[in-house]
Amino acid sequence: MSTGFQATGDGVAVQLDAGEVSILRSLVSQVLGLVEPGATGDDPLERALGIGSAAPSADPVLARLFPSAYSDDEDAAQEFRRYTEATLRDAKRADATTLLETAAPGLLTLTAEQGQAWLRALNDVRLALGVRLEVTEEVHEEIASMSEDDPRYPAYVTYDWLTYLQDTLVRALW
Amino acid sequence: MGSTAPTEVERPSSDVRPDLPWLTIVWNDPVNLMSYVTYVFQTVFGYPRQKAEKLMMDVHHKGKAVVASGTREEMERDVQILHSYGLWATVQQDR
Repeated sequence: MSTGFQATGDGVAVQLDAGEVSILRSLVSQVLGLVEPGATGDDPLERALGIGSAAPSADPVLARLFPSAYSDDEDAAQEFRRYTEATLRDAKRADATTLLETAAPGLLTLTAEQGQAWLRALNDVRLALGVRLEVTEEVHEEIASMSEDDPRYPAYVTYDWLTYLQDTLVRALW
Repeated sequence: MGSTAPTEVERPSSDVRPDLPWLTIVWNDPVNLMSYVTYVFQTVFGYPRQKAEKLMMDVHHKGKAVVASGTREEMERDVQILHSYGLWATVQQDR
């Protein structure tokens, strides 16, 4: 396993092997695929204006990546979603694209700006995995006591590695 | 002066009072890291580390925390930025 991110003079650096880059690329591509379809409405004018669907997604991962902005006012939540979701979608897409374009095996150096994009993209992947795996705050302890034969084991180990990578990236950017 | 009782002014269906400020609330979730949440509060709001850490601990231990207050437009902008960082944030009026 890599030693995680370290601060450089004006950015961050990390040593990744080919397998790690491949896992990262695959997971980020999957999130990008989820974010991509552009739930923007069928109305071409609405699409041009960036006005999207008002309804929250039935997919729990998308519902977590695009949460309701109002917990006690469904009308306001729908209005907010209609006018902001396309922008949020674009931001997530840009972060994921930055990661895919820069991820490479060996010693990888990133500017602080690229590092921030990685930070958000890694978080989106962890949110997606976390929802699918139904992780709790005790996930780290769960993995420690989990049998390697457990069918969930590989996914949990990947999640734990992403957690480690993101935590070292936060500290390197601070 | 007429003797009829003044007509009852129809009250708005909601109890929203325009003079009350709006709040940005961040909710606890099992995925977002304590380090990351603190970093986001510092980056998005420009809070000093100590204040950002205290808010993060409030979210962690109490389940949620008010992280900003102001106009509705300002709070909606904050929430949109927090969503771009993957935090679970909502807007509501103080009451």
